Amino acid sequence: MSRHELDARRLLCPLPVIRTQDAIAGLTQGDELQVVCTDPGALNDIPAWCRINGHRIVETRQQDDEIIVTIEVG
Amino acid sequence: MTAPQRKAVALISGGLDSMLAARVVMQQGIHVEGINFFTGFCVEGHTHAIRKKDQSKNKRNNALWVAEQLGIKLHIVDVIDEYKDIVINPKHGYGQNLNPCLDCKGFMVHKAWEWMQNNEFDFIVTGEVMGQRPMSQRKDTMPVVQKESGAGDRLLRPLCAQHLPATLPEREGWVDREQLLDFHGRNRKPQIALAKRFGFTDYAQPAGGCCFLTDKAYSTKLADLWQARGERRYELDDIMLLKVGRHLRPQANFKLIIGREEGENKFMEGYRKQFIHFRCVSHRGPFVLLDGTPSDADIELAARIVARYSQGRDDDQVTLEVGFTDGRMHELQVSPLPSAEIHDEWHV
Repeated sequence: MSRHELDARRLLCPLPVIRTQDAIAGLTQGDELQVVCTDPGALNDIPAWCRINGHRIVETRQQDDEIIVTIEVG
Repeated sequence: MTAPQRKAVALISGGLDSMLAARVVMQQGIHVEGINFFTGFCVEGHTHAIRKKDQSKNKRNNALWVAEQLGIKLHIVDVIDEYKDIVINPKHGYGQNLNPCLDCKGFMVHKAWEWMQNNEFDFIVTGEVMGQRPMSQRKDTMPVVQKESGAGDRLLRPLCAQHLPATLPEREGWVDREQLLDFHGRNRKPQIALAKRFGFTDYAQPAGGCCFLTDKAYSTKLADLWQARGERRYELDDIMLLKVGRHLRPQANFKLIIGREEGENKFMEGYRKQFIHFRCVSHRGPFVLLDGTPSDADIELAARIVARYSQGRDDDQVTLEVGFTDGRMHELQVSPLPSAEIHDEWHV
């Protein structure tokens, strides 16, 4: 298991979802990906994409103007 | 020997028709996965997040939501760069605005066809309904999409299949043609009835479709951008900025993008390293980007316009900060331009 980070700041949805999808395509099951976004839409869209594609949301949190979503690759 | 599980990739826009088309095929035991293309012009999603007044609204992405309702995977594909050629040089021309609908549909089905081949799927499903759209969903243009996309008879349109020649999935018995539909025209009642039958009670039906290029005001701004640049090209940032702010072009060599509220101001501040920008210091006022190549006199004129849109519009002097792309910052004191001198034709 390895940890990875993705900077999706300033991108508007659905780009944070697309970047997440593309990053996950290169990871293996059990890896963790932390995505940092600024578009509040990502708070709904990344978890929705994870649910339909079989990945687990470990945590979502807001810190100042940033949204941090941590995903465990399924 | 049992027949192999057939697989279809369905174009999912987030609207009702593509949702129903996928569901009709799933009902026949086909494994369906969704595909959604992000062109940069998609209405879905992003602008909802820019304006502060819209931030409390439901921000769901309808394509993802549809996939979740259907219980299928959704693959979202970034086609921003490839799509430029479709917008700039549409072989079949534009619709009422800068919407290249027929080329666009052919392009998307082609991309789905490539995906289908790369992922060993058997056919493509779309939610097209004959006679529903003036360009891409006509009896004479539907075969054009089939041919130019390369998908040929692996393109199934379940909602109006009975008006069309049998496709490969029908001829091979992967799907039963009798269970496909005969929708036609712009009447939405059959779709609404089918949605009810499937138990779908919440779905999106965007009036102008799912693309900014069908919007007159947006297309006017894009045409203005091309005219000012002397060539038909754009980057993603350009087309994002066409969605925000008030656009004023006082002269051919520059235009101003004036934030209309806090959410837009904040979004535009993200572009301050790429554009000359203005911020009011002495009064409350909008954040403003300048796109173009202004002279010193143009900067002065721009500052007076910005002052006009600030709370200091009726004062003698307004102080502004001007930031340049090389990082220099200047403070300027200007008198707001009288409203009578803001010409109507400046508004893009």
